Parts: sequence; structure tokens; C-alpha cells
Amino acid sequence: MKRMSDQAPAKHKEDRPAPDDHLDQASPTHRPLDLPAVRAQLQSKAGKQYWRTLEELAGDPNFEELLHREFPRQAPSEWDDAVDRRDFLRLMAASLALAGLSGCGRAPEQYIVPYVKQPDGVVPGNPQFYATAMPFGADAIGLLVESHEGRPTKVEGNPDHPSSLGSTNAFAQASILSLYDPDRAQTVTKAGEIQTWSQFLDAAQALAATFRSTRGEGLRILTGIINSPILAADLQTILTLYPSAKWHQWEPAVGDGTREGAKLAFGSYVNTVYRPENADVILSLDSDFLASGPGNVRYMRDFYKRRKLNGPGDAMNRLYVVEPTPSVTGSSADHRLPLRSADVEQFARALAAKLGLGGSGKLAPDADKWLDAVVKDLKKYPRRTLVLAGEQQSAEVHALVHAVNNALGNVGITLYYTEPAEAHPVNHLDSLRELCVDIDHGKVSALLILGVNPVYTAPHDFDFAAKLRFDEKRKGKRIETVIYVSPHFDETAQYCDWHVAESHYLEAWGDARAFDGTVSVVQPLIAPLYRTHSLHDVLAAFTDKPGLSAYDAVRDRLKAANPSGDFEKFWRKTLNDGVVAGTAFPAMNASLKFNPASLSPAKESSSGELEFLFRPDPSIYDGRFANNGWLQELPKPVTKLTWDNAALVSPKTAQDLKVTHSIPSRGGEHGQILSDVVDISISGSKVTAAAWILPGQAEGVVVLPLGYGRKKAGYTGTNKGFNAYAVRASNALWAANAPSSVIRKTGDDYPLACTQYHFNMEGRHILVSGTLDEYHNNPNFAHEHEELPPRELSLYKGEAEFPYARNKWAMAIDLNSCNGCNACVIACQAENNIAVVGKDQVMRGREMHWIRIDRYYTSTLSATGPGGGLASGKSTGDPSEYQPALDNPDTFFQPVPCQQCENAPCEQVCPVGATVHSAEGLNDMVYQRCVGTRYCSNNCPYKVRRFNFLRFQDWETPQFKLMRNPEVTVRSRGVMEKCSYCVQRIDKARIDADKKDQPVPDGAIITACEQACPSQAIVFGNANDPNSRVAKLRTQQRNYQIMPELNSRPRTTYLAAVRNPNPELENA
Amino acid sequence: MEQHRSHIYGVMAEFDTPEQLIHAVEKARAAGYHRMDAYTPFPVEGVAHALGLKRNHVPLITLLGGLAGGLGGFYFQYWANVASFPENIGGRPLNSWPAFIPVTFEMTVLGAALCAVFGMLALNRLPQPHHPVFNVKRFVHATSDRFYLCIEARDPKFHLMETLRFLQGLQPHHVSEVTDA
Amino acid sequence: MSAGQPPIDSPEIRRLTPVLGPGHTFGSVTDKISSIVLTRPTSYGWYAGFALSFGFTGLMTIAIGWLFIKGVGIWGINIPIGWGFAIVNFVWWIGIGHAGTLISAILFLLNQKWRTSINRFAEAMTLFAVACAGIFPLIHTGRPWMAFYMFPYPSTMGLWPQFRSPLIWDVFAVSTYGTVSLLFWFVGLIPDLATLRDHATSKAKQIIYGMLALGWRGSVRHWHRYQSAYLLLAGLATPLVLSVHTVVSFDFAIAIVPGWHTTIFPPYFVAGAIYSGFAMVLSIAIPLRKAYGLEDFITMRHLDNMAKVMLATGLIVAYGYFFEFFLSLYSGNKFDLFLVQQRLHGPYSHFYFALILCNILLPQTLWSYKLRHNVAFLFIMSLIVNTGMWLERFVIVVISLTRDFTPSAWGRYQPTFWDWATFTGTIGFFVMLLFLFVRVLPAISIAEMRELVAETSEE
Repeated sequence: MKRMSDQAPAKHKEDRPAPDDHLDQASPTHRPLDLPAVRAQLQSKAGKQYWRTLEELAGDPNFEELLHREFPRQAPSEWDDAVDRRDFLRLMAASLALAGLSGCGRAPEQYIVPYVKQPDGVVPGNPQFYATAMPFGADAIGLLVESHEGRPTKVEGNPDHPSSLGSTNAFAQASILSLYDPDRAQTVTKAGEIQTWSQFLDAAQALAATFRSTRGEGLRILTGIINSPILAADLQTILTLYPSAKWHQWEPAVGDGTREGAKLAFGSYVNTVYRPENADVILSLDSDFLASGPGNVRYMRDFYKRRKLNGPGDAMNRLYVVEPTPSVTGSSADHRLPLRSADVEQFARALAAKLGLGGSGKLAPDADKWLDAVVKDLKKYPRRTLVLAGEQQSAEVHALVHAVNNALGNVGITLYYTEPAEAHPVNHLDSLRELCVDIDHGKVSALLILGVNPVYTAPHDFDFAAKLRFDEKRKGKRIETVIYVSPHFDETAQYCDWHVAESHYLEAWGDARAFDGTVSVVQPLIAPLYRTHSLHDVLAAFTDKPGLSAYDAVRDRLKAANPSGDFEKFWRKTLNDGVVAGTAFPAMNASLKFNPASLSPAKESSSGELEFLFRPDPSIYDGRFANNGWLQELPKPVTKLTWDNAALVSPKTAQDLKVTHSIPSRGGEHGQILSDVVDISISGSKVTAAAWILPGQAEGVVVLPLGYGRKKAGYTGTNKGFNAYAVRASNALWAANAPSSVIRKTGDDYPLACTQYHFNMEGRHILVSGTLDEYHNNPNFAHEHEELPPRELSLYKGEAEFPYARNKWAMAIDLNSCNGCNACVIACQAENNIAVVGKDQVMRGREMHWIRIDRYYTSTLSATGPGGGLASGKSTGDPSEYQPALDNPDTFFQPVPCQQCENAPCEQVCPVGATVHSAEGLNDMVYQRCVGTRYCSNNCPYKVRRFNFLRFQDWETPQFKLMRNPEVTVRSRGVMEKCSYCVQRIDKARIDADKKDQPVPDGAIITACEQACPSQAIVFGNANDPNSRVAKLRTQQRNYQIMPELNSRPRTTYLAAVRNPNPELENA
Repeated sequence: MEQHRSHIYGVMAEFDTPEQLIHAVEKARAAGYHRMDAYTPFPVEGVAHALGLKRNHVPLITLLGGLAGGLGGFYFQYWANVASFPENIGGRPLNSWPAFIPVTFEMTVLGAALCAVFGMLALNRLPQPHHPVFNVKRFVHATSDRFYLCIEARDPKFHLMETLRFLQGLQPHHVSEVTDA
Repeated sequence: MSAGQPPIDSPEIRRLTPVLGPGHTFGSVTDKISSIVLTRPTSYGWYAGFALSFGFTGLMTIAIGWLFIKGVGIWGINIPIGWGFAIVNFVWWIGIGHAGTLISAILFLLNQKWRTSINRFAEAMTLFAVACAGIFPLIHTGRPWMAFYMFPYPSTMGLWPQFRSPLIWDVFAVSTYGTVSLLFWFVGLIPDLATLRDHATSKAKQIIYGMLALGWRGSVRHWHRYQSAYLLLAGLATPLVLSVHTVVSFDFAIAIVPGWHTTIFPPYFVAGAIYSGFAMVLSIAIPLRKAYGLEDFITMRHLDNMAKVMLATGLIVAYGYFFEFFLSLYSGNKFDLFLVQQRLHGPYSHFYFALILCNILLPQTLWSYKLRHNVAFLFIMSLIVNTGMWLERFVIVVISLTRDFTPSAWGRYQPTFWDWATFTGTIGFFVMLLFLFVRVLPAISIAEMRELVAETSEE
């Protein structure tokens, strides 16, 4: 109740009450409760509370479900993966029922009450949208979260938030599943035993008291990047209360290069904000700025603003990418140069040199020629260019890039500098090392670990586990008290005294800074599902205001910042908008104190050696999403691998190392690939990994993606892939050089689940691409190779065709804007209750994603027929068969949802009419009618249909019941399913329009994929309305259908990809 | 005499070969007998002709059955797709008649076949568990290797003694009375 | 007699290879054939064979039970290969089910005397094969308990089946075929059931056979109508048998999948069906005549003729393969061209070559008179052809699906244990029904044999 009343629904949705309604809500009935008082109350009569809750809940179906579940140990162990998982979840649910009764008992209580007295503005059945933000590293993505009767079910981007502008990325979309993750830690434990929160508070108070006397001597706090003002304030308070205490930071997947580079260039930590929309030429030095790092969602939007083409006359920006391994950014580059990571620094030095900034860099001749062309291009557009350096690159590279941007006059136009967004920038490696050294010297008596998992992520030579474990020599532990706050009881938790279950960001109040400094309030959507607490709650226990709730802390801080005016009004506006107005950092002028010539010569990279790179995984990042089934099953943008990481090697290197793949009959090109297993011994440690051949990777580079090989991540994430942290040493955090002898084939092979192995279009009219020049000269190039069937061949010639008079829904996907970032895939999964099937089923080719992103390689950008050079049919499409074209192919991505054909081949063959056409031209699936002959899927040329071969959906786990979208049927075993164009959203909009007796306005219907897409590649609308965005796109000459010769007449059409190569390099 | 005759169904002569049977039937017809039937272990060419059997109604019934099945089959599909529950299936017209032909054909065959078989049985008054001829002990050979001619009592010319004597004259293998009970 | 006789049946050939052994009378054929059912003691061989086939039937039941519990996911099917063993087996069994009715109907219309001694168990085989085939379309659906949606019944929602779908055509074609074949078989049985009734020694048999015989007494009036009905049934069954596999081939020809979407399918599916059907008749006839000493009734002439039919239909099938390729190359359609390339060089090419070997190359040996008259060789050849025809269906159904329009969705197929269990299970089921059949019903039409005796004695 209290949370409902406090929350201000965002006004971006039509069904929001007008803002002034909220002001009325500040009436006595909705008065914010005093949290400490409530907590005290709960503690005092926890027992009674517990039982009364039970009775109250007797009527609650979820809860009855909990009680009536059979005892999990008797659950039969099923024969395959997909079902095992369910058994496990049943077990989880039961343990929830047994252990966490009070935990889950509490949550529904607050949702039974509100419907006795319905909160204002809530119409049962109509979702509400609340603004909040998801903190992530040094950034926070502003969100609008959809809430059905108090259950958050879907996140969308907040259009008012600078780092979102209404879009999201896969991580944000998947965070909803993390909230309902049944494996989350559910209560406070001490040495594994369940404790109450008050017991923890007492212990914390006692501990704090002892430190008061010692001025905090031996008190250490370890966090990740902190960009939350209230947390920063808490930490500041603690550091002032206990002057000798120390705050360490360790963010495993974010390099220090960014920070240290800024320091090197400007003498102080400086935050760089890019404005890609102002740049005509962009050069990325191993920077995946479109897909990772602060502001990536925003940058994608801005970058692709300059790649939208309305006609042949339009201009485009040009993107050069130099990188060791193919990234999302590199895959959409106009020119891509694969270079070893070490050579990237050489490249930066050479670039600076060529721009006359002094210094020098050694480059291979062809790379040098490439650079010349780039430099010429950069000089051609003064003050309209942008050079970026990657998060994993060295401080030198970043400093050089600052110098280069400065020299090119880009500062203030295509980028600007602000004070750091993170509260307290430090060198994380040094910070962690200091902590470890101090622990070894016995200087640490109490350690608070907040939200990071050092035992898993710390460099292996630090051996962080040993710091926490019982020490034989000392006959005791190095640290007396270790308090650990994390969402799961993970690798670190097992060595800690106290473990506090951390609340999900949708469960607790907080705040966070975006990449540009904008502060947004993190507004909870639901009371904690279990006895979890926020980082603030824990930190507050050590401050002088232990009772201060996060809610009050946020309000107090805002009050202090905005003393004048009606605070309640301001507060409500802030909650409603999701951003604190005017908190973005102003641009500051940072004067460059750096001379490239002053750099000491870089270490030579001997080409004989292999270069091992550590990179965050595109799906599960540094491992924090390891237990998120959606992200685990999400095909990684370039490799299309799921459920595993693999040691990525270039085709040439693979040939030299004699590692290869084989395609077994089970699954095959679309499913299971058997991959050679290799032992890798570097940095004084060894790891065994499956090798994966990745076209476009720099020769001699082996990439070891981080985040896998978790030992205690939860059911979904444990023991998947290999742990790259195990060979990651502090002296080679991002790159390790070693002779190729350190890789040894074990002779075994390992099955990998890959959803698209074959990269070749076989010369079919599927993905059409061309260059900007070609587009200028031949605007119709997308239709060059089309074979349209003559209508008069029809058996039904002369028959009247169906009119689709009123609405004619259609979707247009601009391949020029798609870089395969996967946001749409997860958005679709969340919106449409799509099941996770598990690795085994993916290997059988049974994954369920309604929208998939196909990745094709071509050897030339120019439209040499559909698909370009590699698609000539000569190539087998098998990356393990080496051909020079694979050293650096051009990569294209194509999202493929249901094509919603007007002459749907699937409909004609369905024996029971379970898939039929609606009056608006939708190809509807009628689950109730489907008997599951799979004939429709066989007859679907685009293979977008998905079948429930087994009972993939989890019907038992109560958390998942809360999570599902009530607007969408939860499919069971034996029925076909597929993309519906989000028909539930269409119907809602049509009903709203009909109530007003108006046509559905353009933009009133936004499909889940369209809404999530950061580059706005997907546009949905009414093709009958000539002014709709989709109708306009469909009139473009670039607009084409996949394989039109089939005469299936898809409603989903594509706009041909256009790349903007530098003629100089093209001809070379 | 009269009441005595009422128990007689007819008299039956047993022959060894089909030829003898045909010969006997012709003789009997010549002698003016009409109400008689022959029993053979397999269809013997010529006997039916000798008995003066012409065309039968099985083909007509079969034709009607086929027509009913075919027309009904097509009409049902038309009605279901156009009138009862019209749906846009893959942009095809409601009356996609070419797609309705296979089912129409199958229904034609089914209707005809059912009528042929059950029509035949009905016209033959089958199943009929009991019949006076079964009262003749030797009649079991009718389904094995012997051929029978039975002149029935209903025949106006029928006179037990004379008919017996007449049949005896045909050198049968054996002659016997056929009684009702 | 000589009217409907094809030239091949010239007097001297008939003398060399009669359709009926010498010295048989009406009585002897009756006793010989009916004794198998009535007097002959059940052999241990029969018990052994029945037990084995019953075991496999049990396996099938288990496989189907597990399928209903878990779902079709226990099979090897996936996306893109939505149809696997189930449909392959369905088409294969239906094909086998063709010879029976074909022999009975078409050869009857052509007045081929040699059909007489094989049509009875050929028809039985048809029924059992159709029974096996009928299992698969039902169980291969994701929700078998909803399969009744495929029948036109007045549902509460007023929905009807989708009559444009070849699967619905299948439902009608197969059920019609099953019904008509059953009627045809039973009508043929009536006189023989009467024989068994009259020759039965035990009361029970007399009652049971008596009921089934419907009181048949061999009246000439009955024979008169009986013959026209039987003739009409034959006339109806002939186009029906051709239509059934045509409709089955529509399952593929109507779809747009490369390798399915071909106009050549209906004729060459039918030819293939007859091909495999005759192969199966041989595989059954040869052991049967040996076990029950029916060499006089199923003579070398029968085996020889069936071998010839196999050879002929095999050549039609070969023509089908050739024409499929020719059309692909001639049309220049890139998908079809790619398919040809896949058949020859793709990951499954060995299956394709195996089927060419079994269906085209090896059967050419049947040109040799000596080999045609080598019973053991014919038996092996019939098994080879059945294997080959199964492979053909596998190549068409599965391999076409592995690589269709969208390369990104290409996949592969591997059957699981349950696929094999269901397949072998239905074979066991089929054999079990045959064992029961030869034990309780005359495997050869006695009445027609008597006719044959009459005709041969005329000469």
C-alpha cells in the first residue's frame, strides 16, 4: 500500500491519471508510513504476523499453489535438460514454501489490501507504468516499468531519460527475470544460518561501536563502481565517522584505461560524453561504444540518426573500426581493420604522429595505408569527426585519443568533458591490490563487500578466496568479520560471516547517475519478494543514522538540493519523469596536458606470439547475469552461441592450431556444433575451453570471454562454459601474450549450442546490401535480383482479393540501422511469455525466440547480387573451412520476426485452421485450436515458427507466475507459436481508438521489439495510412521483401543495408 | 394331403458338376417349373442365365450412393468455407474449389462402396441365420464341392411325388425333400 | 477365358508355370485350404513368431505411451525438420498397403487368374499396413488428444476442418481407403466363411464362423448380386487405390518446400507404392507358401509375375527420380538446383545413393529369368526394395527439410531411441496381425480357387 501511494505513475502512457491526481493522493490515507516504525512493528510480532499472513493468504491462489506442491525430493528426475530444470524450479519453489514462508507471505499482503480500497488511477486489467532507473556500472538506464496489479512485468525505456530516450538494451530488458529469479538469496544468514534483519542490525551496530573507538582502523569496504549519490553520501559519512576506514572499488569488466587515460591527458579524472550525431567520420579504436560502456543505448540512437536514409540524396556518416575481435560496433563498420590489441596502441600512436602530434607507431604496411586513408578522411571533415578508445584499451591509447580529438577540434562538438559520473573514481586494480596486501598484513579486521563478487572476479594471482578462508598458518581467519551483500549466495558468500540478500533495483528505493551526470530516482515497483535489503540499508547501519530508510535518504537528499518551492510537487514530478531536472553535468573545459611524443615506446608485440584477450561476455557481461535464463539462451550477437562461452580464434589461427568444428546430426547447423577442446596455460594458470572459430578476428588473437564457469551462480548459471577469470592475472588484466604452445588440443570435443552456424546466403534474396555510391547511382539496387511471380499464373485468377480495408498492419525493418544488439529479442521474450528451453533443447534446434537475428558474412560491401561475394554458393558457409575471405568479412544482421505473409503458406496447410488471417492482415495463431502437426512450420519459408516440442513453460514456480504478461497466453506443450506483431498491444490500441471512435493514430501501437530497439530500426504501423511512418518507409526504393519469388507477400519488409565505404580504401 | 404339403419347402437334387446343374435347370424350366433356386460353391457361369435371372439393382444403388457422397461432399465443404465459417486462409478465396476436389472424390467412392456392399446384402436378405435348405444334411457340400437345384413348394406346378420323380429323371447324385422345420 | 488374357499368359508359359498345381478338385482345394485353419495343429514356429511380433507390439505400446506422457519432443524432430520418422513410416506403410487392393481390384478387372491365390492375404496385408500407417498421423501431432479437430463434427465454436490442407485430404483418403479395403476383403470372405462354418468341427467355431458368414448358402440369386457388387467394388477400389497415394503425395507436392513442391510426385508416389506393395507381398508369400505347403496354389508363376510387376514399377520410380532431377535442372529454379546439389553432395548424400542402389540398380537383376525363379533371391530382393522405398521416403520427407529456403535456419536430423522403437514396433504389430490372420482365416480364397479348378479342368 505505502509503496503504491508513494509511487507516481509516469505520464507517458495514455492510461495515466493526470499529474495533479497524484497531488490529491498526498491525502492522509496515502500518507507515507514511517519505515523504521513499520520495521520495528514487523520485528516485534514477527511470529504472529507470520501466521496471520498465512490465514489471510488462504484464499490466494499463488499461495495455495505453494502449499499443495508435492515434496520436491520425490520429483522424478526427467530425461532431458528442459524438464530437469523444471524439477529443480519445483524444488526451489518448495524450499521457498518451506524456508521463506514469511518472506513470500509478506509480499502478497500488500497486494491484497489495495484492492479492498483501490488506489487512485488503478483500473484492474490496465497496466500502470512507473518511471525508475536501472543502475549499471557508471551509467543508469532510465526505465518505465509496466506493472499489472502491482506486479512489474516488463521494462521499457524512459523517453525523458538521457541514456535511454525510450530505448533499452538486452540487460535492462532481462532484468525483470532477475527480479523473479527463484535462486536469489532470500534472507540474512550468518555462517549459513538464517538470521533476522534486526539480529544483523544489532551485530552491525556492535561492530560499528567497536570501530568508533579505533577510528575505523581495519574497517574496509569493497564496492563496484558507485554512481548513486545516496550511497556515495553513506560511504562519505562512514569515512568521516571512521577516518581510518578505507573504501576500495573493483569493477571486473571495466578497464582502468578510461580513467587513467583521462588523468594522463588532463591531470585529473574526467568523464567523456560523446555526441556521435554530430560526427561525419567516426574512428573507433577497439571501442564497442554502440553496445557496451556508459551511454551505449543513447549513443546507438544518436549514431544511427546519421544513417537513416530517406532517399538516394541523403548523406551518411562513416565508421572506421580498428579492433582485435568482432564486436557489435565493428560489425556495422564501413571499414573494419582487425588488429591485435597491442597493435591498436601502435595504431593510435601512428595516428597521433600522422596528425603531427609527435610520437610514432609501428604498423604493418597495409594497416599503415589504411591509416593514411583514414587520416585523410578525418582531415576532410574538421571538427566533425570523433575518435573513441575502447574500455579495455590502455591509458596511453585513451590519452592519445584525447589528444587526437583535441587536435581535430572535435571537443565541444562531437564530444565534451564533464566531471566524473561515478562518485569516486579510482584505479580499481590498485585499489583491490591495496586491499589484498592489507589483508595479508592483517590490517583488515572487518570487510564489507557490497554487490561485487571478488572471489569469482578478482585476478587469480590475488587469490581472494584465500583472504577470506580459514588460514592454516594463522590458525584463524585473516579478517574477523566479513559482511557480504549480494543478490545470490555465490562464490564469495560461502566464505563470509554475514550474508545479506540484496534487493533488486525494482524492490528498493535508490538513485543513480547516468553517463552524463543526470540523476534519476530508482523507484521500486514491488515490495521485496523476500527478506532482502538494499546496499543503503546495510551502509546506513554503520552511519550515525542507522534507521534512515533509502526512501527518506533519497527524499532528504533531493530536499537539500532543492530547498525552495513545493517539495512534494517537485518530488512527484521527479518520480513521474524519472529524472531529477537539471542534474546533467555541464560541459567543463579540460585543458590537455599531454604530449604524445612524451610517451615511452610501447612494448613490441611479437607476431609469433598469441595474444589472449579478456572481454566481458555480450550476454551475461562480467557474470552478474549468469543466472538469467533469458540472457543465457540469447544468441550472442556475432558468434550466435548460447549457454556457453568459448575461446574465440580467427579462422587462420584455427587452421594453424588445427582446431576445428564438426556438425553432428543432432541439431546441426542450427543447433549443436562439436568444437575442439583446448587447454590454455597462461599467466601461471590453466583453463580448459572449447575453441570457436570467429571470422573477422585478428590473426593470433584468442579471446576469452568473462562471466562463465560460475561455481555458485544458481541453477541456470552454475557450471556453464569455462571461467576465464581463472587465467586472468593482475599483470595481464586485459591482454596476455604467450607463445602458441600454451594452447594444446586435448583431443576431446565439446558440444556448443549455436543458433546459426551457416553464415552464407547461398545467393538468395534474403539480405540485400549495397554501398552509398551504388544507392546514389541506382536507387533501385535492392530490386535488381528480384524475381516476382506473374499474377496470372494463379489458379484463382480473377477472384477478388481480401481488401484489408480499415487497418493493414505492417512492419518495416531498416537493415541500415540494425547491428544485432539483441535488445529486441529479449524484449519480445519478456512481452510474449516466451519459454527458456535450456542448452540441450537449443542444441536440438528447438529454441523459442519469436524474433531471431540472422548474421551473414559477405566479402564485399558492394551489392554483387544478394548476399555479395561469400554468398556465391562456392563457400560451404562453414567457418571451420578456411578461406581468406573469412579473415575480415563484412557482417550484416537481419532481425527476422514472422513475416505475416498475405498469402501465408503456413495457413493453407493447417488442417484445423489454427493459423488464419485476421481482417487486418495479421497471421494469427489460435493456440486453442492447434493440434501440432508442424506442417505450418515445414511450409514456412522463413522458419519463424516455434513449436513446443515438450512442456517448455514452467507452470509451477510461483515467481514466474508473477512475472508473466497477463495479456499473452502461456503456451503449453504441443502447440505452435510465433510472432504475433504483439497483437495484444494492437488490440488495446484499437479498442482505445474505437472508444473515441477514431482511427488508430500512427505510433499508438509500438511492438515490443520496436520499443526496445535503440537504433529505431524497426517501425510498425498501418500501411493503409499514407502518413504513417511504416507506409512512408514502404514507399522507399530500398524497401524489399525476403524471397519475393515465393509470392507469399510478406507484410514485414526490409530496407536494404547501405554502407558508406571510403572510395580510396574500396579501390585499394 | 394339403396340410401334409404345408411342411414341405421344396425338393432338392444334388449334382456333381456345374454342367449337370445347368442341364437340370434348363430341363426344369422346360418342364414349366419357375419357383426354384440353385446353390453352388462358387459362381457358376450360365446357371443364372438358365434360371432366367436378368439384371439386378446393385449397380443402380451404387450409382445413387456415389452421387450422394460426391455432391454431399462438395456441398459440405462449400458450405463450411463460404457460409458456415468463412475465413481468410492464406489469401485464398473462400470457395477454393480446386482444393475441395480430393475430398469430394473420396466421399464419392465411400458412398458408392458402402451402398454396393450393404445394398447387395439387403437385396439378398442377408444376414439370414436360418433357411430351410440348411435342414438338408448333405447341404454342407453346397459350400464345398456339390451343386444343388431346389424346386420350391410355392411353385404352382409343384407336386411332391411328381417333382421328386422329375428330379430323379435328371440323374442327380442324390435327391431329398426340404422341409420347413 | 482368353478374352482378358494379356499375351504374356500364352499357353506354353501356363504349362511351364501353372497358376494351380495339377490334380486338384473342388473338394481337395477346399480341404487343403480350410484345413490350415480348422484341423491343422498350431505349430511351435507359429507360437515363436507370434510371441516375437507380440513383443515388438508391446514395445510400440510403450513408445506411444511415453510419447503421450512427454510429447513429441522425445523424437528427433526439430525446427526446421518438423516431420521425421512418423511421416516417413506413415507414407511407407500406406505404400505397402497398396498392393493388396491393387492385386484384388485391378487384376480382377483385367481378369488375371493368377491373382486368385494371392489376393486374400494381399488384402489382409493391405488392411494391416493401413492400420499401421493410421497410427502415425495421430500420434505425430503435438496434442493427439485433440486430433478429433481434424474430423468434420459440429463443434460448439462452429469450426470446421480446413479443407484446403492436404492433411485433411489424407484423413478422408486414408479412412475411405481403409473402409473400402475392409469391405472388399470381407465380401470376398463371406463364401469362405460359409465353407468354414460347414466344415467346422467344434460348436464354437461353427457359431463364430456361422455369424460371420451371415447365413450365406451359395444361392445363385445371391451369387448373381454378389458378383456385380464385387465387380463394382473392384471398379471403385481401382481409382481409389490410385487416389490414396496421390493424396499422400499432395502432402508434399502442395507444400512449397524445395524437394516437395513437384508435379511428378503423384504418379511416382503411386508407382512407388505399388513397387513396395508387391515387394511386401513377396516377402510374405514366400515364407507363407513354404510354411503351409501352398506351393501348388502360390506357384512360381505368381512369384514370377510379381517380380515382373516390381521390375516395371521400379522402372517407373526410376523415371520419377530422373525426371525430378531433370525438371530441377530444366526449370533453373535456384532452390531446386540447390536441392539437386544437396542430394548428390549434401551431408545426407549417402542416403540418396543407398536408395538409388536399392530401388534402381539391384532390382535390374530381375530381368534374369533364372533369378526371378530363385525363391531365396526374390525374398532378399523384396526386402531390399522395401528398405529402398523406406529410404526414398526418408530422403524426401526429412532431407528436403534440412536445407530449405532460409540458410540461417538449416538443421540436421537424428532419430532417437523412441523413433526406432515406434517404427520397429509397428512392424511387429503388422507381423502379429498376419500371424493371427493365417491362423483363423483362409489365407487363400477357396471359392475362387474352385472357380479356378473349374476353369483349368475345362482345358
